[in-house]
Amino acid sequence: MNVAVPKIDFLRQAEVVGRLKARLPESSVLFQTEDTRPYECDGLSAYRQLPMVVALPATDEEVQFVLRTCHALKVPVIARGAGTGLSGGALPSAEGVLLATAKLMRILAVDPVARSARVQPGVRNLAITDAAAPYGLYYAPDPSSQIACTIGGNVAENAGGVHCLKYGLTVNNVMRVRGYTIEGEPVEFGSEALDAPGFDLAALVTGSEGMLAVTTEVTVKLVPKPERARVIMASFDDVEKAGDAVAAIIAAGIIPAGLEMMDQPATRAVEEFVHAGYDLDAKVILLCESDGTPEEVEEEIARIQVVLERAGATAMRVSRDEPERLKFWAGRKAAFPAVGRISPDYYCMDGTIPRKRLGEMLNFIAAMEKKYRLRCPNVFHAGDGNLHPLILFDANDPDELHRTEQFASEVLRKCIEVGGTVTGEHGVGIEKINEMCVQFSPAELEAFRGVKRAFDPAGLLNPAKNIPTLHRCAEFGKMRVHAGQLPHPELPRF
Amino acid sequence: MADTLTALAEAIRAAAADGRPLRIRGGGTKDFYGQSLHGEILDTRGCAGIVAYDPTELVVTVRAGTPLADLEAALREKRQMLAFEPPHFAQSGSGGATVGGAVAAGLSGPRRAAAGAVRDFVLGVRLLDGRGQDLAFGGQVMKNVAGYDVSRVMAGALGTLGVIVEVSLKVLPVPVAEATLKFEMPEDKALEAVNRWAGRPLPISAIAYTDGDLGVRLSGAAAAVRAAQEKLGGTLVEAERATRFWDGIREQSDPFFAGEEPLWRLSVPSATPPLGLEGRQLVEWGGALRWLKSNAEARTVRDAAARAGGHATLFRGGDKSVGVFHPLAPAVATIHRRLKAEFDPRGVLNRGRMYPDF
Repeated sequence: MNVAVPKIDFLRQAEVVGRLKARLPESSVLFQTEDTRPYECDGLSAYRQLPMVVALPATDEEVQFVLRTCHALKVPVIARGAGTGLSGGALPSAEGVLLATAKLMRILAVDPVARSARVQPGVRNLAITDAAAPYGLYYAPDPSSQIACTIGGNVAENAGGVHCLKYGLTVNNVMRVRGYTIEGEPVEFGSEALDAPGFDLAALVTGSEGMLAVTTEVTVKLVPKPERARVIMASFDDVEKAGDAVAAIIAAGIIPAGLEMMDQPATRAVEEFVHAGYDLDAKVILLCESDGTPEEVEEEIARIQVVLERAGATAMRVSRDEPERLKFWAGRKAAFPAVGRISPDYYCMDGTIPRKRLGEMLNFIAAMEKKYRLRCPNVFHAGDGNLHPLILFDANDPDELHRTEQFASEVLRKCIEVGGTVTGEHGVGIEKINEMCVQFSPAELEAFRGVKRAFDPAGLLNPAKNIPTLHRCAEFGKMRVHAGQLPHPELPRF
Repeated sequence: MADTLTALAEAIRAAAADGRPLRIRGGGTKDFYGQSLHGEILDTRGCAGIVAYDPTELVVTVRAGTPLADLEAALREKRQMLAFEPPHFAQSGSGGATVGGAVAAGLSGPRRAAAGAVRDFVLGVRLLDGRGQDLAFGGQVMKNVAGYDVSRVMAGALGTLGVIVEVSLKVLPVPVAEATLKFEMPEDKALEAVNRWAGRPLPISAIAYTDGDLGVRLSGAAAAVRAAQEKLGGTLVEAERATRFWDGIREQSDPFFAGEEPLWRLSVPSATPPLGLEGRQLVEWGGALRWLKSNAEARTVRDAAARAGGHATLFRGGDKSVGVFHPLAPAVATIHRRLKAEFDPRGVLNRGRMYPDF
């Protein structure tokens, strides 16, 4: 929804299409508006831009060809998986080729002995777990979009999920990434062994938002499915008490498999939608999961119950069987769509803060709700301090839009102030690029640009995302000088 | 601390101005490790102390020159630990290992296959780059995807991209119960068994195999350890002896590591069958790490590791002119050289410590 929508240069488009069609079939090179329209945005639909060309390579060689061609013609390349990203990381460019991985969707190998799976980037997150299930294994990171999101996108964003505290993020569960540089050089980062020589480039590429290389193959680690898992749903009448309960669980030496928090407005929205059986009278509910051997789970659940009771839980329910456990989680996993039903639009934040500041942060958000006269249900990955406040607004009301933007910006800056980060798992993309100027110094941003140059000297892979230019920070700094009153308040900026 | 930091930054700036190499050093316990040492010593030990530690956050922020032993003692007091079990190698240096050195070396101990490596626990670093600039990446929180993950790259970069001055590490509770079991079996059977067990929900936190003897450590909830013991069988090792055994593996004080032959470190996919190389071998990390005491040709060792999909490091001793670290693929080597040029344009920091050309 940029106001000055960049125009596509049709001569340039014809040249790029012509060159790509030399090696790619007709159906794999899209450029007519009706064909490229589905690619104009990702999960952050406030930003839209038609790509000049969409390329759908079906093999490694075709990916390499697209990259070589674009590099030779100096055309930007934006890689895209399922387009479920929430920060505009896959927003196309009017001068660029959108490289969609939809045709690279084969599971190449599942090795139950080595406990790994080798897959193409367009394979869906959940499809890996499904393929591993017959061997009693699964792929641990489970972002809430796991039915749809692809492993290539997960690598680009370093996706998380509700089980990160115990099982880690994408970076901790990916062994090797194969792909191509923008020059079309084949590269391999990481290894099917537990480490690789030289710098840990696998760590650098994971979460790099498609700006360093294009992924064509990922080897992920598979882990044994726990024999048993049970989840406790605990109610609290006070937000701070619930925050303290989270700290108390950790202090007791317990690392739960999942530890999630939802406030009352969120549970009410969800309950209407999925009927998860949530306690609607509670100010906050905690979902705390234990997994492992049956003996281990019984022992841990009992210990957690004691801790929660001491922390002032007003009610507790423990899932009795697998369907009930899944029902408890279904509510949490459906939080975003549920909120989508009660408001024309919502804006999801993704800050991460030290756990001990949770209560303070929730009170701050409540104050912002009053200040900006907007509702904001909260869902959190409480175990790792990752917040997803959801500001409800109506995009057709310019004033609400403006207030939403101000609200979000204050919350993100508060996250930095309490020692956290503006994004825990959704990525910077185009959405939080201005806040990067607050979180990092000019020298640190320049170091990031140095990393970018080391992989992509021509600056063609997903340009203008993630790392702001000095110029952009200067402009943003100027905007911030007029505290609270941005120029052109009618323009959406997220 | 501010003074120490300023002094370090000034030393780097002065060295950069003259293009003089600096050799970053904590306790010197890992001086043996890496390609070659060049330049004047830049001692990080003045930059010491725990900056922040709140056990309920599962994060500790610590200055690089802090003795690793001090950090581990502080964690132990709160029944927490560095789950990657970094080796100290205290016997190799004059002073004790430092936290900065442990992170820069990127070495992980017996728990690595179960818990993760150093890089999995690095949440943030503050570093001085080759221009003496004070830069911070990552943070003190569990999840952070703002910008590139520069902090994890510092784990194992051997100080070639920056002098780590402060690091935030994820910590974990010490397991409630532990038990070590011993089995007797030939290598192929042992490799087959540890891979099979790793595919089942068992609380295995370490394995070590040498010369017909397989040691398996179980860690976790008391009930889980007890149940696993029943499932696996084997002979239970008395607790104190077990602790000494695993320390010996982690610190390479075990008799296996004695002797004059070069020590090779082969990192391979865990299910790789016996490599059949000449010399003595100790297997760790569920089969994914194979220590080899051998006079075999470097090429023979490297080829065997590469064929299996892994790599080989000349860890201790031997003729370093064959290259300590496995050669990089050309496109990846180019990225390495460019990264070095971006972070340390004058080639001041630990020049030649990883690869001879940077």
